[in-house]
Amino acid sequence: MRISRPIVSAIVLLALTACGSDAEPAASSNEIKVGLLHSLSGTMAISEVTVRDAELLAIDEINKAGGVLGKKLVPVVEDGASDWPTFAEKATKLIRQDKVATVFGGWTSASRKAMLPVFERYKALLWYPVQYEGLESSPYIFYTGATTNQQIIPGLDYLKEQGKKKVFLVGSDYVFPRTANKIIKAYAAANGMEVLGEEYTPLGHTEYSTLVNKVTQAAPDAVFNTLNGDSNVAFFKQLKSAGASAESMPVLSVSVAEEEVTGIGVDNIAGHPVAWNYYQTTETPANEAFVKAYKAKYGANKVTSDPMEAGYNAVYLWAEAAKKAGTTEVEAVRKAAPGIALDRPEGRVTIDGENQHMYKTARIGIIQPDGLIKQVWDSGEPIKPDPYLKAYPWAAGLAAGQ
Amino acid sequence: MPAFLNQLPIGLSIGAVLLLIALGLTFTFGQMGVINMAHGEFIMAGAYTAFLLQDVVLALPAAFLVAGVMGLILERAAIRHFYGRPLDTLLLTWGVSLVLQQLARDLFGAPNVQVPAPSWLAGGVGILPYNRLFIMALAVAGVVAVWAYLTRTGLGRRTQAVVQNRRLAATSGIDTGRVDMLTFFIGSGLAGVAGVALTLIGPVGPALGTYYIVDAFLVVVAGGLGQLRGAVLAAVGLGLLNSYAEFWSDASLAKVIVFAVVIAFLQVRPQGMFVLRSRALT
Amino acid sequence: MIRRPPPFAAAIGRHLPFAAVAAVALVAAPLLLEPFRLGLLAKYLCYAIVALGIGLAWGQGGMLALGQGVFFGLGGYSMAMYLKLTEAGPGGLPDFMVWSGVAELPALWTPFASPVFAVGMAVAGPVALAVVLGTLVFRQRVRGAYFAILTQALAAAMVILLVGQQGLSGGTNGMTNFFELFGQDLAEDSTQRGLYLVVAGVLGVLYLATRQLVRSRYGRLLVAVRDGEDRVRFLGYDPALVKTVTFAVSAGMAGLAGALFVPVVGIISPALLGVVPSLELVVAVAVGGRHVLAGAVLGAVVMGYAKTAFSEQFADGWLYLQGALFILVMTLAPKGIAGIAQSVVGRLRRARTT
Repeated sequence: MRISRPIVSAIVLLALTACGSDAEPAASSNEIKVGLLHSLSGTMAISEVTVRDAELLAIDEINKAGGVLGKKLVPVVEDGASDWPTFAEKATKLIRQDKVATVFGGWTSASRKAMLPVFERYKALLWYPVQYEGLESSPYIFYTGATTNQQIIPGLDYLKEQGKKKVFLVGSDYVFPRTANKIIKAYAAANGMEVLGEEYTPLGHTEYSTLVNKVTQAAPDAVFNTLNGDSNVAFFKQLKSAGASAESMPVLSVSVAEEEVTGIGVDNIAGHPVAWNYYQTTETPANEAFVKAYKAKYGANKVTSDPMEAGYNAVYLWAEAAKKAGTTEVEAVRKAAPGIALDRPEGRVTIDGENQHMYKTARIGIIQPDGLIKQVWDSGEPIKPDPYLKAYPWAAGLAAGQ
Repeated sequence: MPAFLNQLPIGLSIGAVLLLIALGLTFTFGQMGVINMAHGEFIMAGAYTAFLLQDVVLALPAAFLVAGVMGLILERAAIRHFYGRPLDTLLLTWGVSLVLQQLARDLFGAPNVQVPAPSWLAGGVGILPYNRLFIMALAVAGVVAVWAYLTRTGLGRRTQAVVQNRRLAATSGIDTGRVDMLTFFIGSGLAGVAGVALTLIGPVGPALGTYYIVDAFLVVVAGGLGQLRGAVLAAVGLGLLNSYAEFWSDASLAKVIVFAVVIAFLQVRPQGMFVLRSRALT
Repeated sequence: MIRRPPPFAAAIGRHLPFAAVAAVALVAAPLLLEPFRLGLLAKYLCYAIVALGIGLAWGQGGMLALGQGVFFGLGGYSMAMYLKLTEAGPGGLPDFMVWSGVAELPALWTPFASPVFAVGMAVAGPVALAVVLGTLVFRQRVRGAYFAILTQALAAAMVILLVGQQGLSGGTNGMTNFFELFGQDLAEDSTQRGLYLVVAGVLGVLYLATRQLVRSRYGRLLVAVRDGEDRVRFLGYDPALVKTVTFAVSAGMAGLAGALFVPVVGIISPALLGVVPSLELVVAVAVGGRHVLAGAVLGAVVMGYAKTAFSEQFADGWLYLQGALFILVMTLAPKGIAGIAQSVVGRLRRARTT
């Protein structure tokens, strides 16, 4: 036992020197490094890999068009590994070691919450591309996905319009569904709707027969579904085989996009509504180009979805802000960003100066037998982001302390 | 029918799923003392076999073969060097499971894939859809097959002999190496069959195995190592417990209750429901 | 007896390797490494403290605990609760409670405003849980694979429990966004350097203490229990007691490591204490060499570093490398890096004497 120690200490020494020796590749003066931080492994990879792909596409396109401020964008890709502390670690690495101009990344609320202190501490920029639960506006984060008043509330408006009075809430057990359901309950109370039940399952849960039993026994007019990831597959398969139909009991989902439909099986989900800001079928010139370019780069059988589009937009919005600022320096970009408006695949997107969210058009769609989503309702014009729901009297008190 | 009565068949069907995923483990874990953390990935391999064939019925024998051969390779290449060190196999096979998950991600992509359910499984009786009944029938068939194999065939009896006393079996002329190979092949193959069945009710993706592995181990531990009847009773018991616990509380709490009950149960019967009697001391 | 070297030289010889490692860790690393890398090293060293406990319980005592993350988490959450409460100030609410709709501070939280209580609980909590669990389990002679799976189930249950109690624990998000510790700004590089030194110091002290423990009569009894529990029982000792004490000590170490981890890394979440991170640590101990305490520590540092390096270099396929690394180590070098080192040194010795 004693003899080994010199060797052991030698190895420790080696490991230590290795730790310090990864030399930083110097960014040449005509390149700008940007970080892409998504889960490429683990349970969230299913969703986040395609967002990263969409962001890479945007970087490619911008580079082909001459780059930003005459410089080429160089992506530095890191894996968040579906693990929140890893997101914080890799964000620190991108900022401090790679010295990237900005970071595009995250999907789950937990990953964003884990990265937030890092970006605020080092005064660096994060572009977060996914719809989320609101109640946040960090000065160092731009939110290119929907906040609650651009997705949840339009979804509820749609159900109300359809004459659905009794709803059942089903969600995964984490912050987004719980916050969304609080909003839904407040909305229901103010709009004469009745919430028959509220159920949560652990992330990655796959046994839904008991829950389906509870839902069918309650016999609601509609189900509001905030389940995340693989659980949706199990839930829809088991709901369908229990004989529920989209006509008598539509399930409105806010985390099921084109991408997830194939895995769930079109047969199991066709006819059910979803709420987003963008669909592959959205008719804008920018979307035609986006879908074409995405399929050309990644394969004709690939689909595009809302979070992918929001990630794709994020790169363009940042590039536009950097151009306007004339520099990639963080504070200058932050100051230049408010008011920037671009025609994106989802239509006009404008950066709000107050809370760094986007003006976005809300859209309700129905899942079609071909796996795509057909829009049946939209808000007409982009909705002003309102992460704290200040404009809704019935929502007073939801965000205690704000 | 009142909702809580519905939970009875639901509990049985959850039990059938548990039994199906644990059946292979009673072989590899129970009979050979190998803690195979890659068992979940063999289930996944079965599910992907169903995806490639796009036909659940054809996939049953095919998945048995695919997963079985994967198990065989794992046994020959690595595990056979680890007999007598069950805890080391746990770590080794966990490494294998990580590699297999990543492999699935690269081969089939990160998103879930779809296996069409046969049209004759649409519909159901009462609360139970036909696909649940199919899984229950498959679980029963699996148990009967395993029981028949162990007690009615020469190979099976030799397997039992090796389990009860490896050295004595070897001196009696049983080729223990071959028995080990075969046991691992069957155990892994059963995981493949379970994977095909799971495509009817759950997601088919790279993370599939991780959703079921802990539950499968709980069944085997609660039932007693290598005990077929123990596994059956434990699976049904845990299925019913899960069903009613979730009905009266929620899914998260139900899981915690199941874990707590298993831990408490092991206090009463530290070796599970049924114990293989042995004169060995440690 | 005859060949024993002079006592003074022996004492120096025995402590030289440890002193060398300590000098590198305490002096060279803070001087040479960038703040970001030093922070990572501090994180690995936190894991190394847990690994030391695993080395004791598993390597010496034969108890494969797959749920050390639970103890690590209890320690981490205690510390995080204290940090959140200082940040919120008297009468204030932690940020996540605000957006979870909790109006009043839960009673469970109130005592954690005291740093002494929080740090005390970070160690006492895990120890108490381990004593309860150990007494129940070891008395019933649950061991080997059963014990491993039981602790694994405990980790799985703990995660679900924490995730379900969002208003109390922060749910899946856990707790993050800490600003200061004992009046020191956590964002400052100097604070982080100080934290690193504290972590390294704690690890060093615990390592020496554990080594003493292993060399004592108690340590021999522990090894005896590992190798022949029933024989030890026949000799009139109580193996359950020995195992419970060891398990509790390793749990206490994991708890302390968790408490240190939180200010160093800045987050605690259920993801850190589930089945996978618990297993990763056990694998690290196996890679380092479980039969030597230094091997456990080394394994945690090497595997932590490998994970960071692999994932930075190969963001897409690093899991292959990580998986392959320990499949190789487990099959080719079951005694881990420490085992390889020993056999190399042994061979050199033999070459020199012949």
